[in-house]
Amino acid sequence: MPRRTDIKKILIIGSGPIVIGQACEFDYSGTQACKALIEEGYEVVLLNSNPATIMTDPEMAHRTYIEPISADVVEKIVAKERPQAVLATLGGQTALNTAVEAAERGIFERYGVEMIGADIRAIRKAEDRDEFRLTMESIGLEVPRSSIAGSMDEAWRVVREIGFPVVIRPSFTLGGAGGALAYNVEEFERYAARGMEESMIGRILIEESVVGWKEFELEVMRDRKDNVVIICSIENVDPMGVHTGDSITVAPAQTLSDREYQYLRNASIAVIRAIGVATGGSNIQFAVHPETGRVVVIEMNPRVSRSSALASKATGFPIAKIAAKLAVGYSLDEIPNDITKKTPASFEPTIDYCVVKIPRFAFEKFPGVDDTLTISMKSVGETMAIGRTFKESLQKALRGLETGLHGFDRALPDDLDDAGIEAMLVRPTAERLFVIHHALSRGMSVAHVAKLTRIDPWFLENIRDIITVERELGEWRGRGPLPQPLMRQAKEYGFSDCRIGALTGMEEGDVRELRSRMGITPVYKLVDTCAAEFEAYTPYFYSTYEEEDETRRGAKKKVMIIGGGPNRIGQGIEFDYCCVHASMALREAGFETIMVNSNPETVSTDYDISDRLYFEPLTLEDVLNIVDKEKPEGVIVQLGGQTPLNLALPLARHGVPILGTPPEAIDRAEDRKLFREMAESLGVRQPESDTARTFEEAAAIVERIGYPVLIRPSYVLGGRAMVVVWNQGDLEGFVREALIVSAQHPILIDKFLEDAIEVDVDAVADGVDVIIGGIMEHIEHAGIHSGDSAMVLPAYTLSSGMIAGISETTRRIALELGVKGLLNIQYAVKGDELYVLEVNPRASRTVPFISKATGLALAKVATRVMIGQSLASQGITCDPAPHYYSVKESVLPFKRFFGSDTLLGPEMKSTGEVMGIDVDLGIAFAKSQIAAGNAVPSGGRVFISVKDYDKGAVAGIAEELVELGFEILSTAGTAQTLISRGIRVTPLPRLDEGRPNIMDYMKNRDVDLLINTPSGPKPRSDEVRIRSTAVTRNIPLVTTMSGAKAMVNAIRALRHRHFEVRALQDIYASGGRVPDLAEARRDTQ
Amino acid sequence: MKRNKAILALEDGRLFEGRAFGAEGERFGEVVFNTGMAGYQEVLTDPSYRGQIVVMTYPLIGNYGVNAEDAESRSLWLEGFAVKELCRIPSSWRAEGNLDSYLADHGIIGIEGIDTRAVTRHIRDAGAMRAVISTVDTDAASLVEKARKSPGLVGRDLASQVTCDAPYEMGGGDGLRVVVLDFGVKLSILRSLIRAGCTVIVVPARTPAQEILRLDPDGVLLSNGPGDPAAVTTAVGTVKALLREKIIPVFGICLGHQLLGLAMGIRPPRGESSGEGHRDGTHPHHRPESRLLR
Repeated sequence: MPRRTDIKKILIIGSGPIVIGQACEFDYSGTQACKALIEEGYEVVLLNSNPATIMTDPEMAHRTYIEPISADVVEKIVAKERPQAVLATLGGQTALNTAVEAAERGIFERYGVEMIGADIRAIRKAEDRDEFRLTMESIGLEVPRSSIAGSMDEAWRVVREIGFPVVIRPSFTLGGAGGALAYNVEEFERYAARGMEESMIGRILIEESVVGWKEFELEVMRDRKDNVVIICSIENVDPMGVHTGDSITVAPAQTLSDREYQYLRNASIAVIRAIGVATGGSNIQFAVHPETGRVVVIEMNPRVSRSSALASKATGFPIAKIAAKLAVGYSLDEIPNDITKKTPASFEPTIDYCVVKIPRFAFEKFPGVDDTLTISMKSVGETMAIGRTFKESLQKALRGLETGLHGFDRALPDDLDDAGIEAMLVRPTAERLFVIHHALSRGMSVAHVAKLTRIDPWFLENIRDIITVERELGEWRGRGPLPQPLMRQAKEYGFSDCRIGALTGMEEGDVRELRSRMGITPVYKLVDTCAAEFEAYTPYFYSTYEEEDETRRGAKKKVMIIGGGPNRIGQGIEFDYCCVHASMALREAGFETIMVNSNPETVSTDYDISDRLYFEPLTLEDVLNIVDKEKPEGVIVQLGGQTPLNLALPLARHGVPILGTPPEAIDRAEDRKLFREMAESLGVRQPESDTARTFEEAAAIVERIGYPVLIRPSYVLGGRAMVVVWNQGDLEGFVREALIVSAQHPILIDKFLEDAIEVDVDAVADGVDVIIGGIMEHIEHAGIHSGDSAMVLPAYTLSSGMIAGISETTRRIALELGVKGLLNIQYAVKGDELYVLEVNPRASRTVPFISKATGLALAKVATRVMIGQSLASQGITCDPAPHYYSVKESVLPFKRFFGSDTLLGPEMKSTGEVMGIDVDLGIAFAKSQIAAGNAVPSGGRVFISVKDYDKGAVAGIAEELVELGFEILSTAGTAQTLISRGIRVTPLPRLDEGRPNIMDYMKNRDVDLLINTPSGPKPRSDEVRIRSTAVTRNIPLVTTMSGAKAMVNAIRALRHRHFEVRALQDIYASGGRVPDLAEARRDTQ
Repeated sequence: MKRNKAILALEDGRLFEGRAFGAEGERFGEVVFNTGMAGYQEVLTDPSYRGQIVVMTYPLIGNYGVNAEDAESRSLWLEGFAVKELCRIPSSWRAEGNLDSYLADHGIIGIEGIDTRAVTRHIRDAGAMRAVISTVDTDAASLVEKARKSPGLVGRDLASQVTCDAPYEMGGGDGLRVVVLDFGVKLSILRSLIRAGCTVIVVPARTPAQEILRLDPDGVLLSNGPGDPAAVTTAVGTVKALLREKIIPVFGICLGHQLLGLAMGIRPPRGESSGEGHRDGTHPHHRPESRLLR
């Protein structure tokens, strides 16, 4: 069937900010969808609140709305744009839920918009557990025994029938949020209540536990002609009970015979048909009993998912692109496979390598949180590795995690006894792989480890094979050079040079040299969807140690871009965006681009973004191997975040040409002492600071500069272990932690500037000229990590003199450092004084935000500078100056980490960001809050409880809230302050002093906003309880006074102004001028 | 455990050196590849692979062991089996043994540790070719010479080596009676017919048309099988005779399908389009829009 001609304009809904359970994979899928539909001649309208995405680049759609993703906004856009269709199956659960709500409110019917891909009936059948169960039973498939409950009474009745343990799943959530496993009545009471709270429809599913069963997923696609193909099977190494996002997974399935695989294949085809997903991709999860082979269907996602991103990267088959084409009417046999050019998309991919994905966690950022892996997802990123064997891929993936591992080199305490090890094996955690390694190394049997972990013995045997080679390598310690066959075997098993060195007592460089002399170098093989059955035309490579290399030489000049690796807090999609922009700019300039990355969720690892893609771990060894093979003109390290930056000096030492800012300049900015000298010579003020290597040195420094001080380790991103210390009592603990995180580097101690305004600047320099991309003023005061702060562009309280000063200082620093490319500087403004806090000669997290806010694509400009095009030659002669406000707000994962405090501090905790744009600052802020999932209340009750320090400022805020019609609730101290200022307050007792207290109000939903600032760096437990309850119950919570002021402004703005939606294309076309308000108002009437 | 060396030598001089598993010895065959990611036991027991050395493109083979249920026929028929990494300790609730012993017990030579993707690319581009797999001779020149002198598949009636000795009946539903002319039939084909309610009567490859018709079939299936269809001359005659009767449907799979073509005067091409050297389970096939057949 040809493409549909009854549709002209299509609305694509994106997935919004990066959160746990929903990451860059939906930028990959959305970007592919936009490109595919534009290629087919459709007009594409896009809604996504996340500015750090490639899909929100103004060239990716005809009309780009960076607005909150909600049914309200969808209605405004539909009214304005009048699309004929909406595609909501490529934007994760957020898009799906938003579309469902819009459909239920009759918005699509009213405006004649068709849901393409999956319609509301199919979505309901897949998402509503009861309907799902009935549908599965109708096609003869089993599901775990289960029942739905909408009240605690019902819940108890169900659990009595099924018996413990049971799984509790809220209906309609993403990433399994709120899902939990209950072994006893106490856990059941707690999880059931929480589950009902988190469900969009207040219902939970209580289900027979299949914990410990083998877990498989199949990626399935269907077209309008009812053709169905299986793209990939995925086996979870961690059995049922660990969320698939938190599991180590492997593709294809390893431990299924063809008969069992065919059963799952047929079942998957039956499921997608029965659910009625008309076109597109779905993900179907199965549990298989390890002793009987009994199969139950766990769930089906009627949309493109994280697993489909993995399946796409694992096979080379572009699921999202094909899904978009199927949605507009093509059938699978009509769409050619870009890779082979010979086969159609109806040809099921087959692979001839093994893919391993390992999730990356961030528990160290959330002290006090239970790090047991459960059915509720907690990981923040993932790395994927491709090799010819499971052993090779597993070890590649371990180093691809970038957690300092070079293989199985995490040592466990030697004094662990068997009982201790057994206890650790039973409990799934991020560390369990190393516990398994430890147990097997000590001689524990595979059978015993399998019994405790429920991990299939096949995987454990492979780990044992690795241990055998580790032993053999260990025997050569101090005995002269390794024999060639052993070195060869070790490399085939995926051992890194570094790990071989550690086991044999050699330096990494010496291992590299020795094996090169032995002729042991990697070959690169193609990912081609067909196991070499047909010739492949797309250059998507992975390394392995075998015979035949498949790389080809190109004629053009080549530039290599090193990506950002797995997402983590502090390094995520923003850097992938920059790398993709670099590849685009370089290709436009006639270069051949080589992308190296290990993160399967990204746009950068799409095979059509660069001329060559190497899916490899980002370690010195792996990158050098590619450099040896490709011999690029230069390598770009300043765009992928800290990962490539850390490689800059070592690469340069190996003679690799680094493009842009020289590695020495990077070092000069990162090294405190060198930078201080430079700042002094430039006459730029810095907070007093010093470095320490011991606690005693640190104490002496603090004595000298006085409290409060900011303590941080060097060479880390995201403010790991960074903290403001206000008194001597807290000093030692924090200093010791920072020393551990800092490893061999000294820790930094700065005088902390109280109540200073923090400012972020992104600039591009070419050695002669400097362009200031934007000066962003933080809403939160200095001391909150810039990655967690809300920011406003342009600055909204700074004087023009101060802004000129900031620009001038930035220019001087950029030129003095010799920056060629991007530069980010963080400043603090206290009174009339400007302080430099930090200089980063690299892409920052705010580059995409600024680029969207100004329309000037900074990363592209910087890339052109790096290949020698000056700013002047690019025609960029003045700083962009938008005349509307853009607010960046961070999105925090506290909801996922129950029991952790929700405070902001110098250590970054957010996972993603959203953007609000408007001519009015209040509305722009309100948009950013709504987009970030923080509702802006229109009225009701506000609970205010602030620390003494904030009591001066709180009265003004309270007065405004009263004026806006809010009722104020408050506890003793704050209440007194407010009453003394003549503000009417309903006083509440502290939690331990009586009831009803604020917990009762929250549980009864009788409070609409909480303003609660922490009492100190170690908050009291009742504060933590209040804040984490507010977060889990979705009650708006503000924890800083500046945030509270912004919230009040937003409430006021929403009262008095219209919430307009505007396409980026219109904003840019208006030349950055404030659009006429009257006209804006007419738009919505 | 250190393993003996094994070599796969191709007639054009390309050599792949690996480690031996299964049986020791030396065998000749046409080298082909199979792209299935699971199902190695079905490949090993598929009579269609008679006369061939099979290279598995999926690198990890043997993971779930072997069992009696998954066999496609009563024995193993191929000449040699090449994999990247053999799994010696399988894991499956249905496993009854490992692949190494399975091959050894049936006298099949295996080679592991070779760049199977390189072999695949080579025969994809150069075409299927004669080869030798050996654990006894390690001399390259001698092996290549042996490969060149080996008979190959052309002109060889291999179906007669793998067909059944005597007719047998399976199923017994009240559906259609299907006579299967056995050129090396896979059990799963018979099972499919039985699942569809058919009574299946399997007869040896040389069974004449009159004898088949005496069984009163509603249809005749020409089964899959190994080797060169043109060499199975008796069968071509049988099919011609059956077609002359025009009263019963005759259908074929793989070799059977080619025989049907030959009987009707169509010569199946040897070459890329016939998928020479390629064996996989993922090729899509068009089906007419007609709803008459399900």
